Amino acid sequence: MYEAFFFLFALAAVGFAVNLVLQNHPIHSALSLIGVMASLASLYLMLGAEFIAAVQVIVYAGAIMVLFVFVIMLLNAGEEERTNFSRLAGTLGVPLILVLLASIASIVYRIAPSDEMVRFGDFHGRTADIGRMLFRTYLLPFEIVSILILVALVGAVVLARKES
Amino acid sequence: MIPLSYYLVLSAILFCLGVAGFLLQRNIVTIFMSVELMLNAVNLSFVALSYHFRLLDGQIFVFFVMVVAAAEAAVGLGIIIAVFRNRESLNVDRMNLIKW
Repeated sequence: MYEAFFFLFALAAVGFAVNLVLQNHPIHSALSLIGVMASLASLYLMLGAEFIAAVQVIVYAGAIMVLFVFVIMLLNAGEEERTNFSRLAGTLGVPLILVLLASIASIVYRIAPSDEMVRFGDFHGRTADIGRMLFRTYLLPFEIVSILILVALVGAVVLARKES
Repeated sequence: MIPLSYYLVLSAILFCLGVAGFLLQRNIVTIFMSVELMLNAVNLSFVALSYHFRLLDGQIFVFFVMVVAAAEAAVGLGIIIAVFRNRESLNVDRMNLIKW
């Protein structure tokens, strides 16, 4: 049962990601990305990260993707015309990406313990514990990212403002 | 039961698909979404390793990555709107002003 769910959501995530790369229209890519994020949220739940799964759906698939879809519609972005980009990138790009994937996978297989099995319900990341850690051990990083997001907010307003 | 390495390899596959989208797509909004896909792939390996070590630190890192991604999306889309207002195009091949 659990294995079937893993493969279902893993295949969904990879399929949506391939669709994101291959689509020409940005709104189709945005919908595929929402699919990837929803599948990843299910995988987080299976790994016992329920807080992260909820935040993934609310912040990523909700807020950030609404921002993307809003900008696509605001700019009325359609399909891009195909421009002939660098031939070197076209011929070398895909093999080099496969090399990158193979090297990451080989490193993972070398260092990851082969007997480690993920059992559903074995590890339970409770939200209360995350909150306690966030406001004790990680209080300074938390304050720094709150300043960062304030700066980003002001920067976005300044950038998107109409020049007078 | 699923070996932990399956999750890490899935994360690697999603990361490489994000790299492929970054290199192959010509639309700046889609390129931006490929970057988000790469961030998501890294988040998956953070959560998987958090399970492996039975520590919550990995999940807190994912939380911080999400905050930085939100900030990056807000500023990046502001830049895209500003660029579109000047050049009337979202194609990155058209943005060649400082290219020799």
